Amino acid sequence: MNGIDRELTEAVSGLTQGGPSAEVLRALNTRAAKEGLLDVAYAQVDSPLGPLTVVATERGLVRLAYPERPLDQVLTDIAEEISPRVLEAPERLDPIRRELDEYFEGRLRRFNEPVDWSLTRGFFRRVLEATARIAYGEVRTYGEVAASAGSPRAVRAAGNGLGSNPLPVVVPCHRVVRTGGGLGGYTGGIERKEFLLALERR
Amino acid sequence: MNLPPFQTLLDLHGGAVHRFLVASVGAGEADDCFQEACISALRAYPGLENADNLRAWLLKIAQRKAIDAHRARARRPLPVAEPPERGAGGGSGPVESNGQPIWARVRELPEKQRMAVFLRSVADLSYADVARALDCSPDAARRNVHEGLKRLREEMAP
Repeated sequence: MNGIDRELTEAVSGLTQGGPSAEVLRALNTRAAKEGLLDVAYAQVDSPLGPLTVVATERGLVRLAYPERPLDQVLTDIAEEISPRVLEAPERLDPIRRELDEYFEGRLRRFNEPVDWSLTRGFFRRVLEATARIAYGEVRTYGEVAASAGSPRAVRAAGNGLGSNPLPVVVPCHRVVRTGGGLGGYTGGIERKEFLLALERR
Repeated sequence: MNLPPFQTLLDLHGGAVHRFLVASVGAGEADDCFQEACISALRAYPGLENADNLRAWLLKIAQRKAIDAHRARARRPLPVAEPPERGAGGGSGPVESNGQPIWARVRELPEKQRMAVFLRSVADLSYADVARALDCSPDAARRNVHEGLKRLREEMAP
């Protein structure tokens, strides 16, 4: 091997560990946000229900996903539906992370961070907005939520709307149960619904 | 156009882009160039019409920033004549070599050869992708890499 090729190869292998430092990436996030280029920020947040993927736009919290939903899938959907300018920027999600911590500790009864409803539309959005009005520790039936969304007879559609909730926990679809006391379904698994209802009864 | 989340590009190619910049502009300026390149990329990203080769696309932006940085530095001392007639040891301003004197020598190459060598060896692009990043034909990309390496060999010869 010629001297120069060897030198190049060695020099390149000396670089292969390198990459942008965490500090450089944080500075990039800050600058991108300042220039209006950070359309979507996300982070993974630990919770008693497992690591949650939390996603926000400039308008507010737009998506919260349980760990069963692969991160790639969550972000790919958002890139398509909202904007491909998606960056991991945990520092931008600190306020909602703090609220989630307090909620899971039983110290927060109402989320104050703004919500971005972009991922919802039509009747489903009205169902979710109605759900967002159910107070901490209370429950409503699917029928009541359908009525409060303006279509008392659309009980099944209301159930589908709740199943499509892009913001579980924060938009409390766990507070919607069957007439007669059955729990009904839950996208994140029925154990999580039980956990959240028990948490709010404490 | 279905574009992947920008973070995916950073995860997959950010390391190569940063290494390319460390080699081509030096560790001292690499972080700034990296930020500039990413900001430019973010700005252009939603309008991108062809997502076939995002690594080459990112490196194309990064190499423009590297050229800007190199020119800005070269403006400090006397302008350097266009390269063919320049012999070994010509200077283009102080560049800290990051412990790898080889990068300092590659930085002395004419612009096209320099970028082609860095893109090929450090960013590990195929000749087709070097061509994409430099907006030239694959033949020209190959020629620039080979001529750059040939010149380095000649300069090294005792």
